[in-house]
Amino acid sequence: MLCDICKQNQAKVHLTQMIEGKTKKVDLCEECSKAKGVDDPTGFSLADLLLGLGAAQEMEQVAAGAELKCPHCGFTQADFKKTGRLGCADCYETFAEGLEGLLKTMHKGTKHVGKTPLALKQSLDLSDKLKVLQKRLDKAIAEEDFEAAVHLRDDISSVKNKLKELTVG
Amino acid sequence: MNIHEFLSSPGTVYGQGPHDSIVMSSRVRLARNLKGVAFPGWAKKPDRIRSLEAILPAVQSIRQMAGAFSESMENFTAVDKQILVERHLISREHAAKNTGSGLVINKGETLAVMINEEDHLRMQSLRPGLQLKEAWHAVDQLDSALEKKLDYAFSPSLGYLTACPTNLGTGIRVSAMLHLPALVLSEQINQIIQAVNKLGLAVRGLYGEGTEALGNVFQVSNQMTLGESEQDIVERLNKVLGQIIEHEENARASLLSNKPKVVFNHIGRAYGILANAHSISSKETMNLLSLLRLGLDIGSFPGVERRLVEELFLLTQPAHLQQQFSEKLTADERDLLRADMLRDRLRNVSRPVALPPESKGPKLDKPE
Ligand SMILES: [Zn+2]
Ligand SMILES: [Zn+2]
Repeated sequence: MLCDICKQNQAKVHLTQMIEGKTKKVDLCEECSKAKGVDDPTGFSLADLLLGLGAAQEMEQVAAGAELKCPHCGFTQADFKKTGRLGCADCYETFAEGLEGLLKTMHKGTKHVGKTPLALKQSLDLSDKLKVLQKRLDKAIAEEDFEAAVHLRDDISSVKNKLKELTVG
Repeated sequence: MNIHEFLSSPGTVYGQGPHDSIVMSSRVRLARNLKGVAFPGWAKKPDRIRSLEAILPAVQSIRQMAGAFSESMENFTAVDKQILVERHLISREHAAKNTGSGLVINKGETLAVMINEEDHLRMQSLRPGLQLKEAWHAVDQLDSALEKKLDYAFSPSLGYLTACPTNLGTGIRVSAMLHLPALVLSEQINQIIQAVNKLGLAVRGLYGEGTEALGNVFQVSNQMTLGESEQDIVERLNKVLGQIIEHEENARASLLSNKPKVVFNHIGRAYGILANAHSISSKETMNLLSLLRLGLDIGSFPGVERRLVEELFLLTQPAHLQQQFSEKLTADERDLLRADMLRDRLRNVSRPVALPPESKGPKLDKPE
Protein backbone atom coordinates (compact mmCIF):
# COMPACT_ATOMS: atom_id res chain seq x y z
CA MET A 1 0.00 0.00 0.00
CA LEU A 2 1.37 3.40 -0.99
CA CYS A 3 1.45 6.51 1.17
CA ASP A 4 -1.54 8.83 0.65
CA ILE A 5 0.61 11.93 0.67
CA CYS A 6 3.76 11.26 -1.35
CA LYS A 7 2.28 8.30 -3.28
CA GLN A 8 5.82 6.87 -3.49
CA ASN A 9 6.82 5.15 -0.27
CA GLN A 10 5.26 2.13 1.35
CA ALA A 11 2.64 3.16 3.93
CA LYS A 12 3.62 2.08 7.43
CA VAL A 13 1.32 4.21 9.56
CA HIS A 14 -2.37 3.45 9.28
CA LEU A 15 -4.96 5.67 10.82
CA THR A 16 -8.67 5.14 10.83
CA GLN A 17 -11.33 7.02 12.55
CA MET A 18 -15.09 7.08 12.71
CA ILE A 19 -16.45 10.54 12.34
CA GLU A 20 -20.21 10.59 12.71
CA GLY A 21 -20.56 7.04 11.48
CA LYS A 22 -18.31 7.46 8.44
CA THR A 23 -14.99 5.64 8.49
CA LYS A 24 -12.11 7.81 7.37
CA LYS A 25 -8.80 6.22 6.63
CA VAL A 26 -5.32 7.54 5.96
CA ASP A 27 -2.20 5.51 5.19
CA LEU A 28 1.18 7.18 5.44
CA CYS A 29 4.84 6.36 5.05
CA GLU A 30 7.18 7.02 7.94
CA GLU A 31 8.64 10.24 6.51
CA CYS A 32 5.27 11.78 5.73
CA SER A 33 3.85 10.80 9.10
CA LYS A 34 6.78 12.57 10.72
CA ALA A 35 6.41 15.58 8.44
CA LYS A 36 2.70 15.77 9.23
CA GLY A 37 3.42 15.44 12.93
CA VAL A 38 1.42 12.22 13.26
CA ASP A 39 3.97 11.00 15.78
CA ASP A 40 3.77 14.27 17.63
CA PRO A 41 1.06 13.84 20.24
CA THR A 42 0.62 17.57 20.72
CA GLY A 43 -0.11 18.63 17.21
CA PHE A 44 -1.80 16.02 15.14
CA SER A 45 -5.43 15.41 14.41
CA LEU A 46 -6.82 13.14 11.74
CA ALA A 47 -9.44 15.66 10.73
CA ASP A 48 -6.59 18.04 10.12
CA LEU A 49 -4.85 15.59 7.87
CA LEU A 50 -8.03 14.77 5.97
CA LEU A 51 -8.55 18.47 5.51
CA GLY A 52 -5.21 18.77 3.79
CA LEU A 53 -5.79 15.71 1.66
CA GLY A 54 -9.26 16.10 0.31
CA ALA A 55 -11.62 18.45 2.03
CA ALA A 56 -10.10 21.50 0.41
CA GLN A 57 -11.55 20.27 -2.88
CA GLU A 58 -14.99 20.80 -1.44
CA MET A 59 -14.20 24.45 -1.03
CA GLU A 60 -12.80 24.64 -4.49
CA GLN A 61 -16.00 23.34 -6.04
CA VAL A 62 -18.06 26.00 -4.35
CA ALA A 63 -15.93 28.75 -5.74
CA ALA A 64 -15.37 27.17 -9.15
CA GLY A 65 -14.63 29.83 -11.70
CA ALA A 66 -14.12 32.97 -9.71
CA GLU A 67 -11.09 32.77 -7.45
CA LEU A 68 -12.05 34.14 -4.05
CA LYS A 69 -9.56 36.36 -2.30
CA CYS A 70 -9.75 37.72 1.24
CA PRO A 71 -9.95 41.53 0.97
CA HIS A 72 -8.29 41.83 4.35
CA CYS A 73 -5.21 39.64 4.00
CA GLY A 74 -5.05 38.61 0.34
CA PHE A 75 -5.41 34.90 1.05
CA THR A 76 -6.90 32.84 -1.79
CA GLN A 77 -8.75 29.59 -2.35
CA ALA A 78 -5.54 28.12 -3.79
CA ASP A 79 -3.64 29.05 -0.65
CA PHE A 80 -6.18 27.20 1.45
CA LYS A 81 -5.89 24.15 -0.74
CA LYS A 82 -2.14 24.19 -0.35
CA THR A 83 -1.97 24.67 3.41
CA GLY A 84 -5.33 23.65 4.88
CA ARG A 85 -5.09 26.85 6.93
CA LEU A 86 -6.71 30.27 6.57
CA GLY A 87 -4.93 33.64 6.32
CA CYS A 88 -6.72 35.74 8.92
CA ALA A 89 -9.85 35.88 11.05
CA ASP A 90 -11.75 37.69 8.27
CA CYS A 91 -11.13 34.76 5.92
CA TYR A 92 -13.97 33.01 7.76
CA GLU A 93 -16.32 35.60 6.26
CA THR A 94 -14.68 35.64 2.86
CA PHE A 95 -14.83 31.87 2.47
CA ALA A 96 -17.97 31.34 4.55
CA GLU A 97 -19.89 29.57 1.81
CA GLY A 98 -17.20 27.03 1.07
CA LEU A 99 -16.40 26.44 4.70
CA GLU A 100 -19.92 25.60 5.78
CA GLY A 101 -19.99 22.06 4.43
CA LEU A 102 -16.49 21.47 5.71
CA LEU A 103 -17.37 22.56 9.24
CA LYS A 104 -20.42 20.30 9.18
CA THR A 105 -18.36 17.17 8.47
CA MET A 106 -15.64 18.19 10.86
CA HIS A 107 -17.52 19.26 13.96
CA LYS A 108 -20.48 18.45 16.13
CA GLY A 109 -22.32 21.60 15.08
CA THR A 110 -21.76 24.76 13.07
CA LYS A 111 -22.65 27.21 15.83
CA HIS A 112 -20.30 28.05 18.69
CA VAL A 113 -21.35 26.83 22.11
CA GLY A 114 -19.02 27.66 24.97
CA LYS A 115 -16.77 30.35 26.32
CA THR A 116 -17.19 33.94 25.14
CA PRO A 117 -14.80 36.72 26.19
CA LEU A 118 -16.42 38.31 29.22
CA ALA A 119 -16.55 41.91 27.97
CA LEU A 120 -18.16 40.77 24.75
CA LYS A 121 -20.60 38.55 26.58
CA GLN A 122 -21.66 41.47 28.80
CA SER A 123 -22.18 43.78 25.87
CA LEU A 124 -24.08 41.10 23.93
CA ASP A 125 -26.33 40.56 26.95
CA LEU A 126 -26.94 44.31 27.26
CA SER A 127 -27.72 44.63 23.55
CA ASP A 128 -30.29 41.85 23.89
CA LYS A 129 -31.80 43.63 26.87
CA LEU A 130 -31.91 46.88 24.93
CA LYS A 131 -33.86 45.25 22.11
CA VAL A 132 -36.44 43.86 24.51
CA LEU A 133 -36.86 47.21 26.26
CA GLN A 134 -37.20 49.04 22.94
CA LYS A 135 -40.00 46.68 21.89
CA ARG A 136 -41.82 47.22 25.16
CA LEU A 137 -41.45 50.97 24.78
CA ASP A 138 -42.91 50.88 21.25
CA LYS A 139 -45.82 48.87 22.59
CA ALA A 140 -46.38 51.22 25.53
CA ILE A 141 -46.43 54.21 23.20
CA ALA A 142 -48.83 52.49 20.83
CA GLU A 143 -51.12 51.73 23.77
CA GLU A 144 -50.71 55.28 25.05
CA ASP A 145 -49.44 53.98 28.40
CA PHE A 146 -47.29 57.03 29.01
CA GLU A 147 -46.41 56.23 32.61
CA ALA A 148 -44.85 52.91 31.55
CA ALA A 149 -43.13 54.65 28.65
CA VAL A 150 -41.39 57.08 31.02
CA HIS A 151 -40.04 54.18 33.10
CA LEU A 152 -38.94 52.26 30.02
CA ARG A 153 -37.10 55.31 28.68
CA ASP A 154 -35.20 55.54 31.97
CA ASP A 155 -34.31 51.86 31.80
CA ILE A 156 -33.16 52.19 28.22
CA SER A 157 -30.88 55.09 28.95
CA SER A 158 -29.33 53.28 31.92
CA VAL A 159 -28.60 50.20 29.75
CA LYS A 160 -27.16 52.46 27.08
CA ASN A 161 -24.88 54.05 29.66
CA LYS A 162 -23.66 50.66 30.81
CA LEU A 163 -22.94 49.69 27.21
CA LYS A 164 -20.99 52.91 26.74
CA GLU A 165 -18.95 52.21 29.88
CA LEU A 166 -18.10 48.74 28.57
CA THR A 167 -16.82 49.98 25.23
CA VAL A 168 -14.84 52.82 26.80
CA GLY A 169 -13.38 50.75 29.66
CA MET B 1 18.75 32.11 33.32
CA ASN B 2 18.91 29.56 30.53
CA ILE B 3 16.36 26.87 29.84
CA HIS B 4 18.44 24.11 31.48
CA GLU B 5 18.58 25.98 34.74
CA PHE B 6 14.89 26.67 34.51
CA LEU B 7 13.64 23.16 33.77
CA SER B 8 13.39 20.98 36.84
CA SER B 9 14.45 17.38 36.53
CA PRO B 10 12.45 15.61 35.18
CA GLY B 11 9.68 18.17 35.35
CA THR B 12 6.05 17.83 36.20
CA VAL B 13 5.15 15.99 33.03
CA TYR B 14 5.30 12.90 35.16
CA GLY B 15 4.59 12.75 38.84
CA GLN B 16 1.82 11.92 41.23
CA GLY B 17 -1.82 12.35 40.43
CA PRO B 18 -5.09 10.40 40.43
CA HIS B 19 -4.83 7.08 38.53
CA ASP B 20 -1.19 7.80 37.71
CA SER B 21 -0.37 4.12 37.23
CA ILE B 22 -2.32 4.38 33.98
CA VAL B 23 -2.80 8.08 33.20
CA MET B 24 0.64 9.64 32.80
CA SER B 25 -0.58 13.18 32.24
CA SER B 26 -3.60 15.34 31.45
CA ARG B 27 -3.45 18.33 29.17
CA VAL B 28 -5.80 21.06 27.97
CA ARG B 29 -4.75 23.37 25.17
CA LEU B 30 -6.51 26.51 23.91
CA ALA B 31 -5.93 28.21 20.55
CA ARG B 32 -6.44 32.00 20.38
CA ASN B 33 -5.73 34.70 17.80
CA LEU B 34 -5.61 38.48 17.72
CA LYS B 35 -8.14 40.58 15.86
CA GLY B 36 -6.94 42.34 12.71
CA VAL B 37 -3.60 40.51 12.41
CA ALA B 38 -2.96 37.75 9.86
CA PHE B 39 -2.47 34.26 11.34
CA PRO B 40 1.24 33.45 11.93
CA GLY B 41 1.53 31.09 8.96
CA TRP B 42 0.36 33.82 6.57
CA ALA B 43 1.72 36.94 8.29
CA LYS B 44 4.94 38.52 7.02
CA LYS B 45 7.95 38.36 9.31
CA PRO B 46 7.74 42.01 10.52
CA ASP B 47 4.07 41.42 11.42
CA ARG B 48 4.95 38.28 13.35
CA ILE B 49 7.64 40.16 15.24
CA ARG B 50 5.15 42.94 16.02
CA SER B 51 2.50 40.54 17.30
CA LEU B 52 5.11 38.68 19.36
CA GLU B 53 6.13 42.00 20.90
CA ALA B 54 2.50 42.72 21.77
CA ILE B 55 1.67 39.27 23.14
CA LEU B 56 4.83 38.52 25.13
CA PRO B 57 4.50 41.30 27.74
CA ALA B 58 0.77 40.61 28.06
CA VAL B 59 1.44 36.96 28.92
CA GLN B 60 4.29 37.87 31.28
CA SER B 61 2.04 40.30 33.17
CA ILE B 62 -0.48 37.61 34.16
CA ARG B 63 -0.34 36.60 37.82
CA GLN B 64 -0.20 32.86 37.04
CA MET B 65 2.93 33.46 34.98
CA ALA B 66 4.90 35.28 37.69
CA GLY B 67 8.53 34.15 37.60
CA ALA B 68 8.00 32.52 34.23
CA PHE B 69 10.70 31.69 31.73
CA SER B 70 10.25 33.45 28.40
CA GLU B 71 12.35 33.42 25.29
CA SER B 72 12.17 34.10 21.61
CA MET B 73 12.45 30.89 19.56
CA GLU B 74 15.62 31.89 17.68
CA ASN B 75 17.52 31.88 20.97
CA PHE B 76 17.16 28.13 21.50
CA THR B 77 19.60 25.60 20.10
CA ALA B 78 18.21 22.64 18.16
CA VAL B 79 18.87 20.37 21.15
CA ASP B 80 17.08 22.75 23.55
CA LYS B 81 14.05 22.78 21.30
CA GLN B 82 14.02 19.01 21.11
CA ILE B 83 14.22 18.81 24.90
CA LEU B 84 11.14 21.02 25.12
CA VAL B 85 9.36 18.70 22.68
CA GLU B 86 10.35 15.60 24.66
CA ARG B 87 8.90 17.30 27.75
CA HIS B 88 5.66 18.12 25.94
CA LEU B 89 6.18 21.83 26.56
CA ILE B 90 6.15 22.75 22.87
CA SER B 91 4.93 21.07 19.69
CA ARG B 92 7.24 19.82 16.99
CA GLU B 93 5.83 22.54 14.77
CA HIS B 94 6.84 25.19 17.28
CA ALA B 95 10.34 23.73 17.55
CA ALA B 96 10.80 24.61 13.87
CA LYS B 97 10.05 28.31 14.51
CA ASN B 98 12.61 31.06 14.92
CA THR B 99 12.43 34.88 14.85
CA GLY B 100 8.88 36.10 15.42
CA SER B 101 7.82 33.19 17.63
CA GLY B 102 8.20 32.81 21.37
CA LEU B 103 7.58 30.71 24.43
CA VAL B 104 6.56 31.39 28.03
CA ILE B 105 6.66 28.62 30.66
CA ASN B 106 5.56 29.10 34.26
CA LYS B 107 7.67 28.01 37.21
CA GLY B 108 6.10 24.62 37.79
CA GLU B 109 6.03 23.84 34.06
CA THR B 110 2.27 23.40 34.43
CA LEU B 111 1.45 26.26 32.04
CA ALA B 112 3.12 26.89 28.71
CA VAL B 113 2.24 29.49 26.11
CA MET B 114 3.49 29.15 22.55
CA ILE B 115 3.36 32.46 20.70
CA ASN B 116 3.02 32.44 16.91
CA GLU B 117 2.89 28.71 16.45
CA GLU B 118 0.04 27.96 14.04
CA ASP B 119 -2.14 30.42 15.97
CA HIS B 120 -1.03 33.61 17.70
CA LEU B 121 -1.49 31.88 21.03
CA ARG B 122 -1.44 28.23 21.99
CA MET B 123 -1.67 27.90 25.75
CA GLN B 124 -1.58 24.62 27.55
CA SER B 125 -2.04 23.38 31.06
CA LEU B 126 -0.33 20.12 31.98
CA ARG B 127 -0.98 17.97 35.06
CA PRO B 128 0.21 14.57 36.22
CA GLY B 129 -2.38 11.79 36.39
CA LEU B 130 -6.04 12.17 35.51
CA GLN B 131 -6.80 15.85 36.17
CA LEU B 132 -8.62 17.12 33.12
CA LYS B 133 -10.96 19.41 35.05
CA GLU B 134 -8.09 20.94 37.00
CA ALA B 135 -6.13 21.43 33.80
CA TRP B 136 -9.15 23.07 32.13
CA HIS B 137 -9.70 25.43 35.08
CA ALA B 138 -6.06 26.49 35.10
CA VAL B 139 -5.93 27.28 31.40
CA ASP B 140 -9.41 28.88 31.50
CA GLN B 141 -8.18 31.29 34.20
CA LEU B 142 -5.08 32.13 32.24
CA ASP B 143 -7.21 32.79 29.16
CA SER B 144 -9.69 34.96 31.10
CA ALA B 145 -6.84 37.08 32.42
CA LEU B 146 -5.32 37.41 28.95
CA GLU B 147 -8.56 38.41 27.22
CA LYS B 148 -8.50 41.63 29.25
CA LYS B 149 -5.13 42.55 27.76
CA LEU B 150 -5.43 41.26 24.21
CA ASP B 151 -8.13 41.75 21.61
CA TYR B 152 -9.10 38.23 20.54
CA ALA B 153 -10.51 37.31 17.14
CA PHE B 154 -13.93 36.02 18.12
CA SER B 155 -17.26 35.68 16.38
CA PRO B 156 -20.46 35.08 18.39
CA SER B 157 -21.55 32.43 15.87
CA LEU B 158 -18.21 30.70 15.13
CA GLY B 159 -16.43 31.29 18.43
CA TYR B 160 -12.65 31.72 18.61
CA LEU B 161 -11.33 32.05 15.06
CA THR B 162 -8.34 29.81 14.41
CA ALA B 163 -5.89 29.35 11.55
CA CYS B 164 -7.15 25.82 10.95
CA PRO B 165 -10.92 25.23 10.78
CA THR B 166 -10.44 22.01 12.81
CA ASN B 167 -9.81 24.13 15.92
CA LEU B 168 -12.61 26.63 15.36
CA GLY B 169 -15.11 27.42 18.12
CA THR B 170 -13.73 26.60 21.54
CA GLY B 171 -10.18 26.14 20.21
CA ILE B 172 -9.83 23.44 22.85
CA ARG B 173 -7.87 20.21 22.72
CA VAL B 174 -8.32 18.05 25.80
CA SER B 175 -6.03 15.05 26.01
CA ALA B 176 -4.56 12.43 28.29
CA MET B 177 -1.48 10.28 27.88
CA LEU B 178 -2.20 6.70 28.85
CA HIS B 179 0.09 3.77 29.61
CA LEU B 180 -1.80 0.66 28.46
CA PRO B 181 0.62 -2.29 28.47
CA ALA B 182 -1.95 -4.91 29.50
CA LEU B 183 -4.43 -3.94 26.79
CA VAL B 184 -1.58 -4.27 24.27
CA LEU B 185 -0.30 -7.59 25.69
CA SER B 186 -3.81 -9.06 25.75
CA GLU B 187 -4.46 -7.78 22.22
CA GLN B 188 -7.55 -5.83 23.21
CA ILE B 189 -6.14 -2.47 22.26
CA ASN B 190 -7.60 -2.35 18.74
CA GLN B 191 -11.09 -2.93 20.00
CA ILE B 192 -10.68 -0.18 22.55
CA ILE B 193 -9.30 2.23 19.97
CA GLN B 194 -12.19 1.54 17.61
CA ALA B 195 -14.74 2.03 20.36
CA VAL B 196 -13.14 5.30 21.40
CA ASN B 197 -12.98 6.49 17.77
CA LYS B 198 -16.70 5.89 17.40
CA LEU B 199 -17.24 8.45 20.13
CA GLY B 200 -15.53 11.07 17.98
CA LEU B 201 -12.29 10.97 19.96
CA ALA B 202 -8.83 10.45 18.51
CA VAL B 203 -6.39 7.82 19.73
CA ARG B 204 -2.79 8.11 18.74
CA GLY B 205 -0.12 5.56 19.29
CA LEU B 206 3.24 6.43 17.90
CA TYR B 207 2.85 4.13 14.93
CA GLY B 208 -0.86 4.42 14.46
CA GLU B 209 -3.70 2.08 15.01
CA GLY B 210 -3.14 -1.65 15.08
CA THR B 211 0.59 -1.49 15.56
CA GLU B 212 2.46 -1.50 18.82
CA ALA B 213 2.66 2.01 20.21
CA LEU B 214 6.07 3.12 21.37
CA GLY B 215 6.29 2.43 25.08
CA ASN B 216 2.62 1.35 25.06
CA VAL B 217 1.75 4.99 25.42
CA PHE B 218 -1.46 6.24 23.81
CA GLN B 219 -2.93 9.66 23.69
CA VAL B 220 -6.70 10.18 23.66
CA SER B 221 -8.11 13.57 22.69
CA ASN B 222 -11.21 15.32 21.38
CA GLN B 223 -11.36 16.10 17.67
CA MET B 224 -14.36 18.37 17.44
CA THR B 225 -14.22 21.90 18.79
CA LEU B 226 -17.33 23.57 17.37
CA GLY B 227 -20.88 22.98 18.62
CA GLU B 228 -19.94 21.61 22.03
CA SER B 229 -18.97 23.52 25.17
CA GLU B 230 -15.60 23.16 26.90
CA GLN B 231 -17.23 21.61 29.97
CA ASP B 232 -19.07 19.03 27.88
CA ILE B 233 -15.90 18.07 26.03
CA VAL B 234 -13.95 17.69 29.29
CA GLU B 235 -16.81 15.70 30.82
CA ARG B 236 -17.10 13.37 27.84
CA LEU B 237 -13.39 12.67 27.75
CA ASN B 238 -13.31 12.08 31.49
CA LYS B 239 -16.05 9.48 31.20
CA VAL B 240 -14.32 7.65 28.35
CA LEU B 241 -10.97 7.72 30.20
CA GLY B 242 -12.64 6.24 33.27
CA GLN B 243 -13.74 3.33 31.12
CA ILE B 244 -10.34 2.84 29.51
CA ILE B 245 -8.74 2.84 32.98
CA GLU B 246 -11.16 0.16 34.06
CA HIS B 247 -10.40 -1.96 30.98
CA GLU B 248 -6.66 -1.67 31.57
CA GLU B 249 -7.12 -2.60 35.26
CA ASN B 250 -9.17 -5.61 34.29
CA ALA B 251 -6.68 -6.64 31.62
CA ARG B 252 -3.83 -6.43 34.15
CA ALA B 253 -5.75 -8.49 36.69
CA SER B 254 -6.80 -11.13 34.22
CA LEU B 255 -3.33 -11.44 32.65
CA LEU B 256 -1.89 -11.92 36.13
CA SER B 257 -4.33 -14.64 37.07
CA ASN B 258 -4.53 -16.40 33.68
CA LYS B 259 -1.08 -15.92 32.18
CA PRO B 260 1.27 -14.93 34.99
CA LYS B 261 4.26 -16.55 33.25
CA VAL B 262 3.73 -14.41 30.17
CA VAL B 263 3.65 -11.26 32.28
CA PHE B 264 6.69 -12.13 34.41
CA ASN B 265 8.59 -13.30 31.35
CA HIS B 266 8.09 -9.89 29.72
CA ILE B 267 9.04 -7.99 32.86
CA GLY B 268 12.04 -10.20 33.63
CA ARG B 269 13.41 -9.92 30.10
CA ALA B 270 12.88 -6.16 30.06
CA TYR B 271 14.80 -5.84 33.32
CA GLY B 272 17.53 -8.16 32.04
CA ILE B 273 18.16 -6.12 28.92
CA LEU B 274 17.83 -2.66 30.46
CA ALA B 275 20.11 -3.49 33.38
CA ASN B 276 22.77 -5.28 31.31
CA ALA B 277 22.82 -3.98 27.72
CA HIS B 278 25.83 -2.12 26.36
CA SER B 279 24.02 -0.59 23.41
CA ILE B 280 20.33 0.18 23.16
CA SER B 281 18.15 2.35 20.93
CA SER B 282 15.68 4.93 22.16
CA LYS B 283 12.76 2.93 20.78
CA GLU B 284 13.75 -0.34 22.46
CA THR B 285 14.38 1.55 25.69
CA MET B 286 10.89 3.03 25.71
CA ASN B 287 9.26 -0.31 25.02
CA LEU B 288 11.23 -2.05 27.77
CA LEU B 289 10.75 0.78 30.27
CA SER B 290 7.02 0.37 29.71
CA LEU B 291 7.31 -3.24 30.93
CA LEU B 292 9.46 -2.15 33.86
CA ARG B 293 6.77 0.35 34.74
CA LEU B 294 4.15 -2.39 34.56
CA GLY B 295 6.35 -4.48 36.86
CA LEU B 296 6.47 -1.61 39.35
CA ASP B 297 2.69 -1.23 39.24
CA ILE B 298 2.07 -4.92 39.97
CA GLY B 299 4.63 -5.09 42.77
CA SER B 300 7.53 -6.89 41.08
CA PHE B 301 10.04 -4.29 42.26
CA PRO B 302 9.35 -3.74 45.96
CA GLY B 303 10.94 -0.57 47.30
CA VAL B 304 11.59 0.97 43.89
CA GLU B 305 9.75 4.20 43.12
CA ARG B 306 7.95 4.77 39.84
CA ARG B 307 9.74 8.11 39.64
CA LEU B 308 12.90 6.21 38.61
CA VAL B 309 11.22 4.78 35.51
CA GLU B 310 9.61 8.12 34.72
CA GLU B 311 12.96 9.84 34.89
CA LEU B 312 14.61 7.23 32.71
CA PHE B 313 11.77 7.45 30.18
CA LEU B 314 12.63 11.12 29.72
CA LEU B 315 16.42 11.10 30.22
CA THR B 316 17.03 8.33 27.67
CA GLN B 317 15.30 10.23 24.86
CA PRO B 318 17.72 11.59 22.25
CA ALA B 319 17.86 15.29 23.17
CA HIS B 320 17.87 14.72 26.92
CA LEU B 321 20.73 12.28 26.43
CA GLN B 322 22.63 14.64 24.12
CA GLN B 323 22.27 17.49 26.60
CA GLN B 324 24.36 15.62 29.18
CA PHE B 325 27.37 15.54 26.87
CA SER B 326 29.19 18.51 25.42
CA GLU B 327 30.20 17.03 22.06
CA LYS B 328 27.67 16.19 19.36
CA LEU B 329 26.82 12.47 19.52
CA THR B 330 25.95 10.18 16.63
CA ALA B 331 22.99 7.82 17.01
CA ASP B 332 25.39 4.90 17.61
CA GLU B 333 27.24 6.80 20.31
CA ARG B 334 23.95 7.70 21.93
CA ASP B 335 22.99 4.02 22.03
CA LEU B 336 26.17 3.22 23.95
CA LEU B 337 25.78 6.10 26.40
CA ARG B 338 22.10 5.32 26.88
CA ALA B 339 22.98 1.75 27.86
CA ASP B 340 25.70 3.03 30.23
CA MET B 341 23.21 5.30 31.91
CA LEU B 342 20.59 2.57 32.23
CA ARG B 343 23.06 0.07 33.73
CA ASP B 344 24.20 2.72 36.17
CA ARG B 345 20.74 3.86 37.21
CA LEU B 346 19.43 0.31 37.55
CA ARG B 347 22.44 -1.13 39.40
CA ASN B 348 20.64 -0.99 42.75
CA VAL B 349 17.36 -2.35 41.45
CA SER B 350 17.06 -6.04 42.30
CA ARG B 351 15.74 -8.68 39.94
CA PRO B 352 11.95 -8.60 39.64
CA VAL B 353 9.96 -10.72 42.06
CA ALA B 354 7.50 -13.08 40.41
CA LEU B 355 4.46 -13.29 42.61
CA PRO B 356 2.78 -16.68 42.81
CA PRO B 357 -0.61 -16.37 41.08
CA GLU B 358 -2.66 -17.03 44.24
CA SER B 359 -1.02 -14.29 46.29
CA LYS B 360 -2.07 -11.51 43.97
CA GLY B 361 -0.47 -8.84 46.07
CA PRO B 362 -0.64 -5.88 43.75
CA LYS B 363 -2.95 -3.13 44.77
CA LEU B 364 -4.64 -2.05 41.61
CA ASP B 365 -5.67 1.50 41.39
CA LYS B 366 -9.44 1.17 40.82
CA PRO B 367 -11.24 4.13 39.33
CA GLU B 368 -13.97 5.37 41.61
ZN1 LIG C 1 4.85 9.46 2.07
ZN1 LIG D 1 -8.05 36.85 5.38
